[in-house]
Parts: sequence; C-alpha cells; structure tokens
Amino acid sequence: MAITGTKGATGLTGNTAIAYAMKQINPDVAPVYPITPSTGIVEDFSSYVADGAVDTELITVESEHSAMSACIGACAAGARVMTATSSQGLALMWEMLYIASGMRLPIVLTDVNRALSAPINIHCDHSDSMGARDSGWIQIYSETVQEAYDNLFMAVRIAEHEHVLLPAMVCMDGFITSHAIENINLIGDDSVREFVGEYKPAHSLLDTGNPITYGAMTLPDTYITFKHQQSKAMAAAKDVAVEISAEFGRKFGRNYGLFDAYRLADAEAAIVILNSAAGTSKVAVDELRKQGKKVGLLRPRLFRPFPFEEITGALKHLKAVAVLDRVDSMNAFGGPLFNEVRSALYDLEKRPKVMSRIYGLGGRDYKVADAVGAFEEVLKAAATGRVETLQKYITL
Amino acid sequence: MVTSIEVRWHGRAQQGMVTAAKVLAEACLLSGKFVQAFPEFGPERMGAPVRAYNRISDEPIRMHCQVTDPKFVLIADPTLIGVVGLTDGCPLDAVFIINTSKSAKEMRVALGVKSGGAKVYTLNATQISIETIGRSMPNTPMLGALAKVTAIVPLDALIKNFKEGYSKKYSEKVIAGNVTAMNRGYNEVKGE
Repeated sequence: MAITGTKGATGLTGNTAIAYAMKQINPDVAPVYPITPSTGIVEDFSSYVADGAVDTELITVESEHSAMSACIGACAAGARVMTATSSQGLALMWEMLYIASGMRLPIVLTDVNRALSAPINIHCDHSDSMGARDSGWIQIYSETVQEAYDNLFMAVRIAEHEHVLLPAMVCMDGFITSHAIENINLIGDDSVREFVGEYKPAHSLLDTGNPITYGAMTLPDTYITFKHQQSKAMAAAKDVAVEISAEFGRKFGRNYGLFDAYRLADAEAAIVILNSAAGTSKVAVDELRKQGKKVGLLRPRLFRPFPFEEITGALKHLKAVAVLDRVDSMNAFGGPLFNEVRSALYDLEKRPKVMSRIYGLGGRDYKVADAVGAFEEVLKAAATGRVETLQKYITL
Repeated sequence: MVTSIEVRWHGRAQQGMVTAAKVLAEACLLSGKFVQAFPEFGPERMGAPVRAYNRISDEPIRMHCQVTDPKFVLIADPTLIGVVGLTDGCPLDAVFIINTSKSAKEMRVALGVKSGGAKVYTLNATQISIETIGRSMPNTPMLGALAKVTAIVPLDALIKNFKEGYSKKYSEKVIAGNVTAMNRGYNEVKGE
C-alpha cells in the first residue's frame, strides 16, 4: 500500500503502519511465517527488504515454531529481532515463547489478535495473546492504528532496557485495526533512530571474548533463582514502561500511560476493556454522560506486567465495574482481564462490585448499543449495591 | 454520538470496493478530515459479494464497530440486488449510487426504495472504465459520481490525491485513464 503523507497526517492500516515502524526500526533479523490477519505486515516488510530499504535479514521459515526458534537464535547471537503473527501462529510458537522469555531475550513481536480454532475463524478476539499471558512476555495493547505504531517503538525500548531484558508483544485487533485505514501521524526516520537507539546487546553468543551460556540445564539448586530474577525483571518492566512512555510523550507529543482513563475521575460506574472496543465504548460513555449518568472507562495498555496497584487506585472510588473480555478463559469464572481486575481490588476495604462480560468472540461486532447495555447493568449494580448476574456472554 | 458520514460499498471481489473506500478515505484525509476505511471479509473467493465501509468526520473517530446504517450506499454490481441486503439499515434520506446502464427510476423500483426522501443515482461505470482505463474497474467512475451527488469530497481533491498518491505505483497512462474515468463519472451520473 502506498504511503501518502499529507500535512503530517497519513492514512494507513494497522498492518501497514506496523510494517512501516519495523522499517524505521530496521531490525537485524526478522524470521517470519505469515498468517491472516497479520500477513500484511510480513508482505509490506518483505518489500522493504527486497527494495534494500532496510538491512534486515529476513528469514522465511516453515512454521511459526521455527520463526520463534530463529528469533531466539538470532537474539541470543546479539541481533535486534522482530516478527509478527496471529492466532494459531502464536499458539504454535508456544513452547518457544517461554524459552525466549526464560533466556531473557528482548524479541519484539506484533500479535494481530485473532480467535483460536476450533471452529476455525480468522476474525478478532484475544484468545491468542491471552493464552500467552503467563509466558513471561511483556504485553502492550493498542486501541488504534496510531497507538499500535507508537507502541512498537516503546516496546523495543522497554524490552531492551537493562532492568528488563524480556521479550515484548504489541497487540492490536485483527481486521478491526489491522485492515482499517485510519489517520496516523508518522515519526521521522531520524527521530525513530534516535529514540530506539543503536542496539547494544547485553550479552551475545558471538562475543567470543566474553563467552556465555544460553539455555543451560538447571537443577533444583538454581532453577528457582532464574525464575525469581525473571519475575523481578517483569515487575521492573512497569516502571520502565512509565519512564519510556513519558520520554515518548516529551519527544513526540503523544502521551500514553499504563492505562487510558476516560471520564473516570468522577464516575460511579465503569467498563474496563482492551483494544479497539474501548473506542466504541467511549462513544457510549459520552452518550450516557449527556443523560447525566456518571460513567467512565479504563482501558489497560500494559497487561503484562499487570499494573495492579495503579489500576486499583484508578477504580477504587467506583461503585461498580464491568470487565469486558474478548476471550473466555474457559475457567468458568470469567475472562482473564476480569480475574486480574477483581483480584487487584480485593485488598480494598470498600471495593466496587465487579462483574464479568464476555463479548465479541471470533469478530462478533461490539456496537455502541452493546456498550450502553453493559453500562446499564453496571449502573444498576452501582445503584443497588447488588450484582444480578456475575458473569455472562453478551453480543450473542 | 459523534456525527460522522458513513458510506457502504457493495460489489463483488475484484471490483475494487476495498480500494474505492481507501481512495475516498485518502482524498478526505487530504482535505483535513478524520477517516476510516475498512473491508468486511468473509470467505474470500473471486466473485463473492464484498462490502467495504467509510467513516468520515471532522472529529477523531473512536467508533470501531461495523457501519450498520449508512446514508451513502454505492453498488458496483446490480446483480447483487436480491442477493445481499443493499438497503439494510439505510435512513429515509439515503443516497444510492448504482453502476448500471438502467435509469435511476428503474433502479429505485428494483431496489425497493420507497422513501421519497431517498435519492437514487445511476451511471454506467463499467462502460466508462472500459473506455478510459481499458478494463472493468467500476470503482473509479463511481468515486467521481460520489463527488458530484454528495458533499463528501470535491472532485479535485479526489483527482489530486490520486495523482499525488499513485504516480509511483502506476504509469502516467493509467493515472490519466483513472482521472478521465473520475471526470466522466462526475459528468455522466444521473438521478432522481
């Protein structure tokens, strides 16, 4: 797709914007195995490679398992490494995701969120990335094309930070964001280069002067120490994310926090929701506010590490909250975001009522009316202090 | 609710509906608007019915749901009548632009548009594109027609965007053919 710059604003799809960001970052290695709906990223980026617009070594592999394996090898060798995938692709990377994070390799992956089979479906939900939520990867979610583009630069910095050294995943909604053209302001190539900096790996297998071991066998005397360190690094990623977002805001004028709070400060009832559906929900907030209803919204951006203290602080004054998940954990007790939020609020002496709603699986449309419907239930719980239905599917 | 113009494009795969929505969005963006252009994908195969959508607004667009009640509907293939819901959700003052050799009056009956407030326009976009571009690309003349019958985007913004944005991708001859197609769509669309 041609990139037609006009007065600072351009119209790009999410996939095109991510490919363009990758071109600007110019990673050393990109092992790829395209899958719908993230295929456009690989298509566009491979054109940049073919045109000599980047120095990246593009490795076309035979499966996503191999793509992540090649990412791990290249990153351990000291390269800056990026890839993209969706759905079954992320699922097939599974065991390698844990190896990437356990080896503390700052690989950056774009996950274009898509449902998992069966039944087969190419459309958006968060089953893929939510399944990877405990794999030791940092996860950053994006509402718009602009935000997905911006997040990729921040992800590189957070992942590579000396206090972190963990892989990071930028998530955006399949088709809804990946295939939609929206207004976007691009950052200049020089500014990107300055922001992400030249990659100086903390450790490199190819640095024969300082020989190291990756993937060593560890017995009960050491394994838990590695995991403890990894856990501390994940916790540290929160402060690093705050720091990097602030720097990004100072440099480029777009300010992102750990989460996005919309008309939340004086709200009594709120929805917590990820990615593009937050935008649709904000339209519902505005409509209900016009009717004098005190509603607001919280959209987590950083889901891993989960900033539970900050999110608790932002929600504690509310009377009721509905947490909307575009995935079911199949745990019979609500979606993953619901579990996190409800758990985070537990230590409050006076806490809001919290309910779980599962919506939009496999690309089912989530309309303003669906958001209004969810808000009406939360408002009722706020008024009565009682939750009628703790968990249910909506948009059925 | 944020007021934004909503457009739905109906066609069949390979008729350029996704591209039409893209080109319209780019031209509106060039005029300082906030835009969205997105396709609806089902099982992809040649000739399958395809829908694409636009939202165009003076304010940033936050809505990310499907377009369900568009005021503007463009139909690139009249054989879709009776096959897909071309008038679904449309308001009483909807505007329909159809690629056909038939008159607007005939198409109003065929579509079953009963509201007097609704406008129906037709143009032979297939014929125009064969004569100007050399093959059937009804989307380009239809963009010209849209500029004529609505205030969404001026014709010169469409042409300027096309010349500036696509000169690297296409030869001068292809650009000139498309510009002529837009102009002819603008001039030849007729309605009631």
